Amino acid sequence: MSKHVLIIEDEPNIVEAIRFVLSREGWRVDTHVNGANAVDAVQNAKPDLLILDVMLPNRSGFEILRDLRDDDTTRDLPIMMLTARGQSKDRELAESYGVSHFMTKPFSNAEVLSAAQTLIGA
Amino acid sequence: MSRTSLTGSRIRERRMVLGLRQAELARIAGISAAYLNLIEHNRRRIGGKLLLDIARILDVEPAHLSEGAEMALVSSLEIAAAGREADVETQHINEFVGRFPGWARFLSELHGRGETLTQTVEVLTDRLAHDPQLSSSLHEMLSSVTSIRSTSSILARSDDIDPNWQARFQKNLFEDAVRLAESSQALVAYLDSATDMGEITLTPQEEIGAYLEAVGHHIPALENGDMETARADVAHLGQDARGLLDQFFTTYLEDVKRLPLSQFQEAAATLSYQPDLLAEMFSVSLPAVFRRLASLPFEDPTQRIGLVVADGAGAISYRKPIDGFAIPRIGAACALWPLFHALSVPSQLMQHWVSQMSRDALDIACFSYAHPKGKPALNAPRILESHMLLVPQLLLPERAGPRFDMGSTCRICPKRQCDARREPSVLAEEF
Repeated sequence: MSKHVLIIEDEPNIVEAIRFVLSREGWRVDTHVNGANAVDAVQNAKPDLLILDVMLPNRSGFEILRDLRDDDTTRDLPIMMLTARGQSKDRELAESYGVSHFMTKPFSNAEVLSAAQTLIGA
Repeated sequence: MSRTSLTGSRIRERRMVLGLRQAELARIAGISAAYLNLIEHNRRRIGGKLLLDIARILDVEPAHLSEGAEMALVSSLEIAAAGREADVETQHINEFVGRFPGWARFLSELHGRGETLTQTVEVLTDRLAHDPQLSSSLHEMLSSVTSIRSTSSILARSDDIDPNWQARFQKNLFEDAVRLAESSQALVAYLDSATDMGEITLTPQEEIGAYLEAVGHHIPALENGDMETARADVAHLGQDARGLLDQFFTTYLEDVKRLPLSQFQEAAATLSYQPDLLAEMFSVSLPAVFRRLASLPFEDPTQRIGLVVADGAGAISYRKPIDGFAIPRIGAACALWPLFHALSVPSQLMQHWVSQMSRDALDIACFSYAHPKGKPALNAPRILESHMLLVPQLLLPERAGPRFDMGSTCRICPKRQCDARREPSVLAEEF
């Protein structure tokens, strides 16, 4: 059964590139661009892996991460965060909220794929 | 130990000034020499009648022995020692201040400067971390770069890519390239404006540099001999900056007296801003002409005349950059500059045509002259000051001279084969 990945990222060209790379692995990839209803989107999609941007319209990725970790249904969901803010305090904040993997931009396709494979157990 | 124990050091100092032996003072005061020795080394308190007696014998007011600025110094050192991980012998602060007041003051000042610098770094770090425009510009750039990297990687490494996907990725690549160019320009414009506003002004030299750039290195009040107005205009600067500017203003006034503006301006234009001819015409030194040329106002900024002044160690004490010739604010300047060559041939005027290796480089006539500073003394180190005047080609198109390419500073110089290189460049290619 193919793995299901949800990407929440508001940069369409980045989404397109990641989507292409992961789809090529035979995975099903859905996308979402808004922070406001991101938690609902995750709960409805029930992905095997969530790729979550930090800076999203209307709501921060950190808040979304925190809410997902507070919810029993998504507490153990593998979540990879993407950010252009590589400051250590951002990484520490994400880790304190329970991020599975923290990746700073610019990243390579190989890095994203490798991290996704590790998190998803593929 | 009580802070009044510092009195001992004063007693000792005063006694020695008077040429009294310790045993003699002890005898007159009616105490043992051993006890006086303990007092003088701040190991025994002194007060009351004994203090009054000793003050009388030493012919000073008792207050002179028991009060003073050392108290503040002790407090300052106590603050400096507080919270240090290193084992500081705080019980000996009084003794330290009493016996080594110069070192104590130095340590206190050092601590104060350290604290100031720490605060400055914190403010700048905070500014960088929380400046919304900077953060947004960098985010925009990093997002574009990420997209370009991912997309180009797909295009470069996928042989079997569907033509529709290929077209989409090519379109994305173009969009992101445009976006990256625009966000880069926005960031540069923002950083330029931040510098113009003087938001990151830290050291006295930087304060002075920002002030001189703001007034175009031309000070109308001094042109009219009005030192007080010039001082009032810089009253908002720090004390150190004002002190340094006072010296600068004094020299500026002297230059104005010898080379009045209207007369000098007319002569300079007539002689195509050639400093050697102007120095001869007005019978003044070359550095005075250099300074005066650098202070001339020009409506067209491309006509600005630049100047760099450095000491024999290469430290730049004055900088007025011009279009096409960048002067580094941080780090050492290019060792190929004639400014440094002039130090090896003092009192010899040199002229070269120079061009910096950058995209916006221009041909600049560069006049260099180094001269000794201070009074000569037997076997004393020779202190040299070097000046480099930067005149745009459009002001003196006819003058000949050898040509050289050089950089601004190694870090941003693309010249690969260079004997003067100190460190690698961040730039990849020669222009």
